[in-house]
Amino acid sequence: MAEEITIPGWKKWLEDIGEQVSFFIRFFKNIFAGGFEWSEFVRQCYEIGYRSMTLVGITSFIMGVVLILQLRPTLVSFGAASMLPKTLSVSFIREIGPVIIAIICAGKIASSIGAELGSMKVTEQLDAMDVSGANPLQYLVVTRILATTVMVPILSVIGDAIGLFGGFLALNLRDHINISLYATKVISSLDYTDFLPAFIKTIFFGLAIGFVGCYKGFHSSKGTESVGLAANSAVVTASLWIFVIDAIAVQITSILFYK
Amino acid sequence: MEEKATTAEPKEKKTHDKQEVVIEIKHLKKSFGNKDVLKDINLVVHRGENVVVLGKSGQGKSVTIQCIVGMLTPDDGTLKVFGEEVPGLKEKELKELRIKIGFLFQSGALYDSMTVRENLEFPLTRVLKIKDQAEIDKRVEEVLEGVGLADAIDKMPSDLSGGMRKRAGLARTLIIKPEIMLYDEPTTGLDPITSREISELILNMQKKYKTTSIIITHDMECARITADRVVVMNDGEYIEEGSFDGLQKSKNKIVQSFFKDIS
Ligand SMILES: Nc1ncnc2c1ncn2[C@@H]1O[C@H](COP(=O)(O)OP(=O)(O)OP(=O)(O)O)[C@@H](O)[C@H]1O
Ligand SMILES: [Mg+2]
Repeated sequence: MAEEITIPGWKKWLEDIGEQVSFFIRFFKNIFAGGFEWSEFVRQCYEIGYRSMTLVGITSFIMGVVLILQLRPTLVSFGAASMLPKTLSVSFIREIGPVIIAIICAGKIASSIGAELGSMKVTEQLDAMDVSGANPLQYLVVTRILATTVMVPILSVIGDAIGLFGGFLALNLRDHINISLYATKVISSLDYTDFLPAFIKTIFFGLAIGFVGCYKGFHSSKGTESVGLAANSAVVTASLWIFVIDAIAVQITSILFYK
Repeated sequence: MEEKATTAEPKEKKTHDKQEVVIEIKHLKKSFGNKDVLKDINLVVHRGENVVVLGKSGQGKSVTIQCIVGMLTPDDGTLKVFGEEVPGLKEKELKELRIKIGFLFQSGALYDSMTVRENLEFPLTRVLKIKDQAEIDKRVEEVLEGVGLADAIDKMPSDLSGGMRKRAGLARTLIIKPEIMLYDEPTTGLDPITSREISELILNMQKKYKTTSIIITHDMECARITADRVVVMNDGEYIEEGSFDGLQKSKNKIVQSFFKDIS
């Protein structure tokens, strides 16, 4: 619209932030509004979790292998080849696993939620649901956001395990280390200060992925091209959020645990 | 303008005068940015009446009925449904009102991830909160029978033809037995035979469920079949109203242009 173009950018940006906050509040209220859509929630968990498993598995495996191959020469030159399992597990569990897996999920899940809800918006399905007196927020948004919030951490844990296993195989290309020794080394090098903060941050990654996907889908405009735009900006925004959350998380964690 | 309405169908007029006013719109205004879409809309709809709204594309016909269900908020004027001012309703009250109103979207707006059956069950379980599966099945089958779609019950919307989709959309809105039906171009994009069937369906539904309806259309055949009263909209205003036959004799150029193809 002609008049909308003249609105300054910063004002639109502020408006958008306001919209996001109010969308989040409405999402939050609807969780407890009664009549939770269990079957849709379970279906979304399946869609989101199961369908992303292969992708997450492959990526994590490769990351585990690559990290060992990259780290090895450096550590060997310090005569610290025995530190490889510890180095890998700490870096993978604390940082690389959660972030890589969340980024993969942003690409796969946030975009598909954005596109799905965006196309429902374009074809007036969201309006139809709203006007019929049903609650699209409860049926579509609450279920999807909670499903990503639950599934992304689970995917991260699984991805971490697969990544560490990939590291074990890569290690065996040169050195010979049996699985139980490797496992002992990995476990002894980790404690709850590695695992817990990482796990908590993946919950927020999941929340961000679901929220951004739903928000972009719900607020896409009505043209056909807006479906693509919704999917696209869902991925970009969700990825950005993941790094922002990661940056905040590392500050909090270092204050609490690393001294 | 006014006397035309009375001369055309005195018998209709008499019955409606006594009847309860269901929708009352006065001096309704709505603009988007600097574009005034609705300038001065006045309309009264009585219980059990089928009002057809004619108007060129982009005149704000859809906007009008979107205001009635509270999807859009008008800028000015009064808009009462069942005596309640719609723009002032709280979320909960609006929801209760919406349960009494059926809205058939121009596109049908079927939920495309669900089968026809699930589409129809959705308002029953989510809006009316019916738990009894036997009752749900009964109502789904009954309404599908009514629109002639009984054998498509387990199909996905993507497997339906345009006409079937309209019927399914119609079934989904009718299943909660609304007191008011708002039809947004129910026959657009359909062949003449299917259009006719849909129009007759609308008429039957009015008789069967005693609904009050506003029917937006460009389709004169549909208007002729369904209308108790016709309103012509142009440039953000309702310029003339009367019975179908009455308007056919109108002197107004714009009104004439709608009728010229059929007479
Ligand atoms: N949500 C909206 N935001 C901005 N402009 C809108 C919106 N809805 C409708 N309009 C504008 O209002 C005008 C009237 O639209 P409306 O959909 O009511 O037309 P219509 O009479 O139903 O036409 P048609 O017969 O083509 O459906 C159009 O110019 C449209 O661009
Ligand atoms: Mg329209």
